[in-house]
Amino acid sequence: MALETPKHQTRAMTEQLQRPLSPHLQIFRLMFTMLMSIVHRITGMALYFGSILLLWWLIAAATGPRYFDFVQHIFSSWPGQIILFGLSWALLHHFLGGIRHLIWDTGHGLKLPTVELLARLTLAGSVVLTIALWGFIYLQKG
Amino acid sequence: MRIRTPLARVRGLGSAKAGTERWWQERVTSAAGIPLTLFLIWLALRVMGRTHQEVIEVLGHPAVAILLILALSTLFWHMMLGMQVIIEDYVHSSARFWLLLGNQCFTAASWVAGVYAVLRLSLGEA
Repeated sequence: MALETPKHQTRAMTEQLQRPLSPHLQIFRLMFTMLMSIVHRITGMALYFGSILLLWWLIAAATGPRYFDFVQHIFSSWPGQIILFGLSWALLHHFLGGIRHLIWDTGHGLKLPTVELLARLTLAGSVVLTIALWGFIYLQKG
Repeated sequence: MRIRTPLARVRGLGSAKAGTERWWQERVTSAAGIPLTLFLIWLALRVMGRTHQEVIEVLGHPAVAILLILALSTLFWHMMLGMQVIIEDYVHSSARFWLLLGNQCFTAASWVAGVYAVLRLSLGEA
C-alpha cells in the first residue's frame, strides 16, 4: 500500500501533463533561421521523392537504348528541366544546410550572429551554385 | 493494492540506452554524403547529353559503379532516417505505424532496385 501514489500527487502529475507543450510554429514570430530549418526539412522531403527520378534514370540505362532515350527525352523536355532545376536547388540547399548542421554538431558556430550568417550563406550559396550549375550545363550544350 | 515494485513499474519506460544510435547514423550518412553527392553531381555532368552507349560505358566503369552503390546505400539510409523523424514529429494518428513501415519499404526497395541496375550495367547485361 505504501507503493500506491497518493491521490493528490497523481492529480498534480496529470495536470502537469496537460500543460501546453513548448511553443511552436503558430506561436513564435517567423524568424529567418526558423524558415531555414523548415526549408531544410522540405528540401529533404523533395529529395526523398526526387530520388525516384534518379532511380528511374538508372533503371532506364540498365533497360536498354530505346527506353533510355525515352526517359532522356522526358528529362530534357521543359517540364522535366524545371523539375530537375528545382531538385538541384533542393539538393544544394540540403547539402549546404547539412554542412551547417555538422558544424553545429561540433559545438561551433552556435552564437546568434554566426547562426544568422550561416543561414544566409546557406540560402545565398544554394541559389548561386544552382545558377552556376545550370549556367555551366547550358553553356556546355551550346 | 499494487503488488508491483517501483522498479517493475519503470522498467520499459525509461531509456533503452540506444537512443543516440539513429542520431549518430544520420550524422555519419550526412558526412559521407558530402563527397558522394559531389560525385553524383560530377557524374550527372559527365553523362549529360551522351548517347546510351556512352552512358553505360561510364556507369559500367568499376570505380563509378562502386561509388554509385556507396552513394545509393548512404543516401537511401539517410532518407529513411530523415523521413522517419518527420513522420514521428508530425503524424500522431494510427497512420503513423503504416507510414513508418511504408518509409522503410520504399527506401529499401529503392536501394535494392538502384543497386541492381548498377550491377547489371557494370557486369555487362545491358
